[in-house]
Amino acid sequence: MKTANQHLSRRNFIRQSGLSGVALTIGLYMPAWAKNEATVLTAETAENLGLELTAWVSIDKTGKVTILNHRSEMGQGSFQAVPQMIAEELEVNLDDVNILFAPGSQTKYGPQVTGGSSTVSGAYKRLLLTGATAREMLIEAAAKKWSVPASECYAENGQVFHRPSGKKFNYGELVEDAAKLEPPKNVKLKNRKDYKLIGKPLPRQDTNIKTNGQAIFGMDKKIPGMLYAVVERSPRIKGKVKSFDDTASKAIPGVKHVIKVQRDVFAAKQEGVAVVADNLWAAMQGRKALKVEWDDDGFEHLSTAQLYARMNEDLNKPGLSVRTAGNFSSVFAAANKKVEAVYETPYESHSCLEPLNCIAHFQENKLEIWGPIQGPDWVQADVGQKMGLKPENVTVNMTFLGGGFGRKAFMDYPHEAALISKAVNAPVQVVWTREDDMTQGPFRPGAVYGCKAGLTKDGYLQAFETKMAAQDMDHQSGGDNSTYNPSTVEGLLKPYFESISNYNFADIPTESPIPVMWWRSVYASTNGFAYESFMDELSLAAGKDPLDFRRGLLQAERYQNLIDALEEKSGWKTRPKNSGWGVAITECFNSIVGEVVKVSKGQDGKVKIDKVVAVMDCGWYVNPDTIRQQVEGCIVMALGAATTHETHFEDGKAVEKNFDTYKMPRIADIPEIEVHIMENEEKPGGVGEPGLPPFAPALCNAIFDLTGKRIRKLPFNLKEV
Amino acid sequence: MPTFTLQINGKAYPVEADAKMPLLWAIRELAGLTGTKYGCGISQCRACTVHLNGNAVQSCSIPVSAAVGQKITTIEGLSENNSHPVQKAWIAEQVPQCAYCQSGMIMGASALLQRTPNPTDKDIDAAMQGHICRCGTYPRIRKAIKTASKMMVKA
Repeated sequence: MKTANQHLSRRNFIRQSGLSGVALTIGLYMPAWAKNEATVLTAETAENLGLELTAWVSIDKTGKVTILNHRSEMGQGSFQAVPQMIAEELEVNLDDVNILFAPGSQTKYGPQVTGGSSTVSGAYKRLLLTGATAREMLIEAAAKKWSVPASECYAENGQVFHRPSGKKFNYGELVEDAAKLEPPKNVKLKNRKDYKLIGKPLPRQDTNIKTNGQAIFGMDKKIPGMLYAVVERSPRIKGKVKSFDDTASKAIPGVKHVIKVQRDVFAAKQEGVAVVADNLWAAMQGRKALKVEWDDDGFEHLSTAQLYARMNEDLNKPGLSVRTAGNFSSVFAAANKKVEAVYETPYESHSCLEPLNCIAHFQENKLEIWGPIQGPDWVQADVGQKMGLKPENVTVNMTFLGGGFGRKAFMDYPHEAALISKAVNAPVQVVWTREDDMTQGPFRPGAVYGCKAGLTKDGYLQAFETKMAAQDMDHQSGGDNSTYNPSTVEGLLKPYFESISNYNFADIPTESPIPVMWWRSVYASTNGFAYESFMDELSLAAGKDPLDFRRGLLQAERYQNLIDALEEKSGWKTRPKNSGWGVAITECFNSIVGEVVKVSKGQDGKVKIDKVVAVMDCGWYVNPDTIRQQVEGCIVMALGAATTHETHFEDGKAVEKNFDTYKMPRIADIPEIEVHIMENEEKPGGVGEPGLPPFAPALCNAIFDLTGKRIRKLPFNLKEV
Repeated sequence: MPTFTLQINGKAYPVEADAKMPLLWAIRELAGLTGTKYGCGISQCRACTVHLNGNAVQSCSIPVSAAVGQKITTIEGLSENNSHPVQKAWIAEQVPQCAYCQSGMIMGASALLQRTPNPTDKDIDAAMQGHICRCGTYPRIRKAIKTASKMMVKA
């Protein structure tokens, strides 16, 4: 993943998150939207927040605290986790805090892109520090007012107390003085045992506005004078416009402009025809009335069958070696037992329930964006550059995201909106239909894995090889395609590399023009299926219990503890033989997740999933209920990708266009899910994605345990097993 | 273009619209009530669910002209201050993640409980099977419907 690595030194952090050069008026009231409509920090709303103590923290004279969330909220809980961390160190009650989305600004907030499960793991130190810095400034202001040493004072519940005298000040009484202070250095963070908020299953702060229709998603946002656009897009991915006839479109009342537009899909420029109207319905009708001729000669009209034939053939190539040790080939050749298997995983659409959309207002030398965006700082930099603007001249205002899953980190749609706005000289909201969203990609790449392993007579794993043939997500921009992509081993537990003496992991970039992109848990989402299905096959060849086999290979204490917990919580040891139990363990984004799936045959003789027990080790964590939500959601999303949906291609077009053919899991398909969280002193890992990869292999391993049928190709129909 | 008067959440909204415009777009774009969501446009995801005379319907597939004279309730009109038992249960069980589907879910669940105050798992499956949640909040939805049912029975 491309990282926005504008790492700030501590010195810079203090300066930029402090007060230098910030002049704000002091607000005396909480604005009406405080708790019922999340909004973004803008020049106008800032006036009501009081004084800014750090980049994330503002307090007004009444003591009302505003905390900014600098990450996207796409369901994963940043709107809770970010303020929960800051409020802990700031010593305020989270329910009394006003939470706003920060606009894009990497200089102020550091990396903002919501991806790689990094909101807590990547920003926790910075966020704890920002809360503690504001707290210390308030304590120092109080100590000065009382003319006592700051060491005699402490903060609690939005107030500073003088311990010897019992005197106290509300934060609102201190903020003016505090704001004049130089932010302190060497701020001390709280001990974990003293946490009041972190580690507690506090209710999410965005729930109340998500049960009454008040949460504003990109699709709901309106800007004065805004026009609406829909774009007729080439049914063949990457087609160009040969010609179009807009006579009938322009006859529709409300249609104002019909223009050719371009959308950047990595190195390719995809063309479409935008119909811009003063209302959405007119734009949609205008699009229907368009006649477009497409030129797609330069694009290979691939089918799914051709793509997979190509990937299977590519497995014969040596590939780019990602990780290698010992001598796989010779040890494998001499091994007592040899196991070989090929696994296939499908192309998938992200299909966020909120289709893509974006508002752009391009004016001379500036651009303003409103929308469901995973990387506001990336949009500033990338779309800014394409539009000839500096990042600081691009304002990105956040909304809630109706799902993201990686798709909304790709910047084609805000760029396209900016181009349309520029062309028609007005603010424009571009709305993608479900069909646009599902057929245009980028998709999760399909993959074919060739796995080989050699074992000794007594079942010791000596040699292990996995080759992955798949389109490489990093090879689409026309750069150097000869280097391997290190993230292609994501999902495999790192200690395997230490316990297996001879291994080889190779990435074979299959050539195809289908655009591909991160999809929740990225390479781990498919790797997990291959690696952990294969481990199951190896345990069988070794004559060992699948969980014990893994225990033998994963010596580090952290893995041993997770395996013990998984064994105990699932009741693994007491299971009857061949009764439909499967296990898988994967690691990605610095968290380890083990899942046990239990299947059985229903009265109709069909396989059904009874229960999933998941154990998550994400180290230091903020909100256990958010973790449970994310693991539950990951399991459901993995269930869909394993058993109900796949994007096929035919003649260069995506076949599945809507949920009638791209079938989602529904409520009756969902098993009981139990989530357990490991308690330890490890650093925080990711939460939003790591629960996904182990589900499909655990399910297929369970099906094998019950039926003896090994599933090596996803998706499969559970009812046809 | 003709004008239709829609009765939404007890208020009259005269809207000027093409007769075949789906009710969804009239609610969102003309009445300005954006709690009702567009997800598929073909009655496959039910993010657009509203009540028409108390029954859960997909507003993406009903022309605005057919909704005239009917009592329309959207998520904004389900209660004041999140006080409907289904909303309270949704908060208690911490159901929403991204929540784009949740207006539709809540409208579907409240219609179910209106006619079946004490639903079985099968009743829940039947009523909610049409709804898609991409975040996978289904286990909590089932739990919340049961919690809401208990709240309603007690009340």
